[in-house]
Amino acid sequence: MGRYVARRLLQMIPVFIGSTLLIFCMMYALPGDPVRAMMGDQAYDPAVVASIKKDLGLDQPLLQQYVNYMTGLFQGDFGTQIASKRPIADIILDAFPVTIRLTIFAFTFVTLVGIGLGVIAGLRPDTLRDRGLLTLTLVLVSMPSFVLGFLLQYLLAFKWSVTTPTVTDSTDFAQLVLPATVLASLSLAYVARLTRTSIAENLRSDYMRTAVAKGLPRRRVVGVHLMRNSLIPVVTFLGIEVGNLMTGAIVTEGIFNVRGIGVEIYEALSRREGATVVGIASLMVLIYLAASLIVDLLYAVLDPRIRYA
Amino acid sequence: MRGARSAKWVAGAIVVALAATACGGSGDGEGKSKGSGPAGYVSIDVGEPQKPLVPADTNESNGSYVIQSLFTQLLDFDSKGEIVYTNAESVTSDDSKTWTVKLKKGWKFHNGEEVTSKSYIDAWNWYANIKNNQQNSFWFQDIKGYDDVHPEKGEPKAKAMSGLKAVDDHTFTIELKYKMPYFNYKLGYTTWAPLPKVFYDDPKAFGQKPVGNGPYKFEKWDHKKLIQVKAWDEYQGPNKAKNKGVQFKNYTTVEAAYKDVVSGNLDMIRQVGPTDLPKYKQDLGDGAIEQPYAALQSLHPAFYSKTFKGIDPKVLQGLSMAIDRDTITKTVLNNTRTPAKGFTPPGVKGYQNLDTDVFTYNPTKAKQLIKEGGGVPGNKFTVQYNTDGGHKEWVTAVCESIRKATGVDCVGDPKPDFATDLEARDNDQVKGMYRGGWVADYPVNANFMKELYHTTAEANNGRFSNKEIDGLMNKADNANSLEDSVKAFQEVEKKLVEHMPAIPLWYYRINGGHGKNVDNVNVDFHGDLEVWAVTTK
Amino acid sequence: MPDKTVEKKVEALPGDTVSTAGVVVADAGPAPDKARSLWSDAWHDLRRNPLFLVSAVLIVFLLVMSAWPGLFTSASPRDADLAKHYLGKPNWGHFFAPDWLGYDVQGRSIYARVVHGARASITVGVGVTLAVTVLGTVIGMIAGYFGGWTDTLLSRLTDIFLGIPFLLGALVVLNSFNDRTVWVVIMALAFLGWTQIARVARGAVITIKQADYVVAAKALGASTSRILFRHILPNALAPIIVVATIALGGYIAAEATLSFLGVGLGDTAVSWGGDVARGREQLRIAPHTLIIPSVMVSITVLSFLMFGDAVRNALDPKLR
Repeated sequence: MGRYVARRLLQMIPVFIGSTLLIFCMMYALPGDPVRAMMGDQAYDPAVVASIKKDLGLDQPLLQQYVNYMTGLFQGDFGTQIASKRPIADIILDAFPVTIRLTIFAFTFVTLVGIGLGVIAGLRPDTLRDRGLLTLTLVLVSMPSFVLGFLLQYLLAFKWSVTTPTVTDSTDFAQLVLPATVLASLSLAYVARLTRTSIAENLRSDYMRTAVAKGLPRRRVVGVHLMRNSLIPVVTFLGIEVGNLMTGAIVTEGIFNVRGIGVEIYEALSRREGATVVGIASLMVLIYLAASLIVDLLYAVLDPRIRYA
Repeated sequence: MRGARSAKWVAGAIVVALAATACGGSGDGEGKSKGSGPAGYVSIDVGEPQKPLVPADTNESNGSYVIQSLFTQLLDFDSKGEIVYTNAESVTSDDSKTWTVKLKKGWKFHNGEEVTSKSYIDAWNWYANIKNNQQNSFWFQDIKGYDDVHPEKGEPKAKAMSGLKAVDDHTFTIELKYKMPYFNYKLGYTTWAPLPKVFYDDPKAFGQKPVGNGPYKFEKWDHKKLIQVKAWDEYQGPNKAKNKGVQFKNYTTVEAAYKDVVSGNLDMIRQVGPTDLPKYKQDLGDGAIEQPYAALQSLHPAFYSKTFKGIDPKVLQGLSMAIDRDTITKTVLNNTRTPAKGFTPPGVKGYQNLDTDVFTYNPTKAKQLIKEGGGVPGNKFTVQYNTDGGHKEWVTAVCESIRKATGVDCVGDPKPDFATDLEARDNDQVKGMYRGGWVADYPVNANFMKELYHTTAEANNGRFSNKEIDGLMNKADNANSLEDSVKAFQEVEKKLVEHMPAIPLWYYRINGGHGKNVDNVNVDFHGDLEVWAVTTK
Repeated sequence: MPDKTVEKKVEALPGDTVSTAGVVVADAGPAPDKARSLWSDAWHDLRRNPLFLVSAVLIVFLLVMSAWPGLFTSASPRDADLAKHYLGKPNWGHFFAPDWLGYDVQGRSIYARVVHGARASITVGVGVTLAVTVLGTVIGMIAGYFGGWTDTLLSRLTDIFLGIPFLLGALVVLNSFNDRTVWVVIMALAFLGWTQIARVARGAVITIKQADYVVAAKALGASTSRILFRHILPNALAPIIVVATIALGGYIAAEATLSFLGVGLGDTAVSWGGDVARGREQLRIAPHTLIIPSVMVSITVLSFLMFGDAVRNALDPKLR
């Protein structure tokens, strides 16, 4: 197990470097110069632009810039923003907790409601209840989050005035309900469908028949035997989903005025604050990599057939 | 106190507000309590300044709002665009080349340091120095010796501009490189603010916690949430604060800010968003503010492009007459603009009523003019704009108006963001026209012509070039008095109608508002709310 | 986002597939000699699946709409009349008339825009899916068949692309194009989206590679390309098709999302996502400008998802 983890961690290094380099290159290839953009469309002085770029090292070749950036990153330095001159670490620290709160909220929602619905449907496959839930999840999946977001915003906030259209205080969980629901909807539908399929399949398996034949109480059969085996693919999915929820926040945060990394990265992108974009993206890549490692390890724990040497 | 802020971010900022773009704005107004902060304070929606709070490094509207409350420069303007002396006793010149500044005595910075000639001269020298990378450094380029501290390339040759000389503690002279009859008007821009000695110890720290000489004293900056300033009792200027302090609150969307104004959590909003515009007058009653200010939006042909190279001005006149400005401002733009009737907006010295029908919708004449002028090559052109600024709808509407009236096809050429848009303009890659916005830096008509259509003007991205116009402008610049200069520029404006360096579309209007807790909310010449004059009820 | 819409079970393998080869075998589908019956069985199933029939009808309808929008409306999606129609409300009784679904902020017929907008969405959806399938299958097959260093290299490459958040990547890539035509959007999405199929293809090929008939073909001296295209590809196709059909709906949603964020199709293109973004400002005074194109996006995505779901059920032997 230890060796396996070590090997996986080693494998992560080239992946991490590759992903960040790719994002770095893409940012670099973008038209538009962040320093020039700062000057706006009234008169400006090109000499000042050149001088600022020189001071920031933005006049160096791409690879050199990447090496400089990575060196800083490994020393815990995310760099500073071009316009505000604030450390990017500060900006991330401000924005990250907001997104994490939103993500955790959505994630809890996905797990509880998704698995719940899946179990309800899966235990009675092909009944009306099952069909109904399947259709509902299909409808949820087919609504891109911005569609669902606006629909709920329109109905709940403007039409019925149940909630405020946007979040004014991101520490108030009551206000986060709406954005978290929208963020969660897609994954929730997947989790429900996945759980349902998995449970329906395992219901017919031999070990279930054995368990029932042994005369075990139904609660135990379902709660222990069925659930443990059926949840393996769900857990895998959930693990990977953490990362997806975080990027999904770009849209949701924008609609509901939540100031997390989604909004931050979108703004940084349009201002060409390359270091900010790469910094946040690197964190996302790291979270993704960590999540997939954890998922694989969980896999081994849950499924005794799998052993990592 | 208001100094001019540059148009760029108006083009950007106001419209970002207007657009309520997918993820625009900044901050979610966190940390705001019920009511509006400490007793006697007023609050306004002003987002996170883009840069540290140094006067010469700020040119976008959020930052300049804060800078204006913390710093006072030599002079300012009233709502008619006339000079009002603030820190200066007088600014005079006999020959428009050497200017003498007399400071009022007894003025102090918030830390008790006296404001002297040196406070100004040292600050201006620091601002202008290329090594300090100040965004507005070019504002000092008219001063003699600027090229020594700010060479095109390489290290500065001197530390101070030779044109600045202190006569005594409260008098100094500014010698310019050339005559400039309206130079004193330029001094109203926030960039000309003085700095205390503590600044030079650590400019970086100063930018986070500035010490100024303005009506308000800096209190705190909670990044992306709030900036708070407190009225300064010892302030001696005419714009002494009539409230106890100001909170500049950051909102991600104008909708959220607007809701807070209606519910009383916020006192003032600078611009109501499009979703709320149809009914904000009902909601706010007397609190609704609607007022034009000195800013203009235009379409600028790229005179180097295939389409508009050597184009007959008649064609441009025709295109101008094919735009139904009245309907578009009333519908798509929700009355946030007033149709333009010339190259200079009202509220600016030298604004005049041009006797022409070029800016009036007339499809028949438009068609005829375009035909006479030889038509648009390919019968098609593009209008470049940035999608992150809320320009998409009006560009589309203008294009459709032209297409319907004349049959000339017109399509938008969107750039995903302002950075890309500017790069294409700088590198002469505009394929047809581009949209431009300009807010008065100083309320003189020269600002709307010299800086936009002179062959050497930095912001002349359409590369319009006409020897006759250049000559007239140079002559107007060399006039002996401001009045003569303004008059000469009025003649230039009349000439511009014949040459059409751009198609003026409309003047900006501020559509803001305030809640029931405050009163006396006025707008200055470039559309900023005057926070110092606001009173609480 | 498309990466989510992929049925995870198909590729619910941990990153280190070697150690879980057993799982792959279980999932990889058809035993060789059943290959033919798999497809005919599937078709048999599909014909009787109401979900499939409904979605197929809807898809045909959408395809016709995108190919010949003129059949549905004579109004132009560009013609605007601000003076008369600014934000005109829908006239529900006037079926298929220009004012049926009302007018948008420019005074253009929303019905005409909805009809003409189908082409962009469908072309992007189908185009990306085809591109992704080809690219992913080729990379996955090469990695799976040759193994060793090639595999390590390609697998890490897949990991790298998988590590980049899809939406973020698409935002950055599309930002760098000024003229974002349908083809640019297709290429950008394909550039970021091929990983899923590559993984599935690789897994399937690794399993099939060990099958007797492949070993036999090799022993008989068949060329590599013959083995790959005659023996392996046809048998690896089922899981790939499943993933691809389900992903299709996701790509349509992705295009709409990107257009909504302002980096989708260019300005002159009529696109549902763009119209939703535009309608956002009128949400309070004229909600129909936002809701109608949103509903179209959803219906389209739903049709393709149902279709994909039906195909998966038919092709997945475990569910039979």
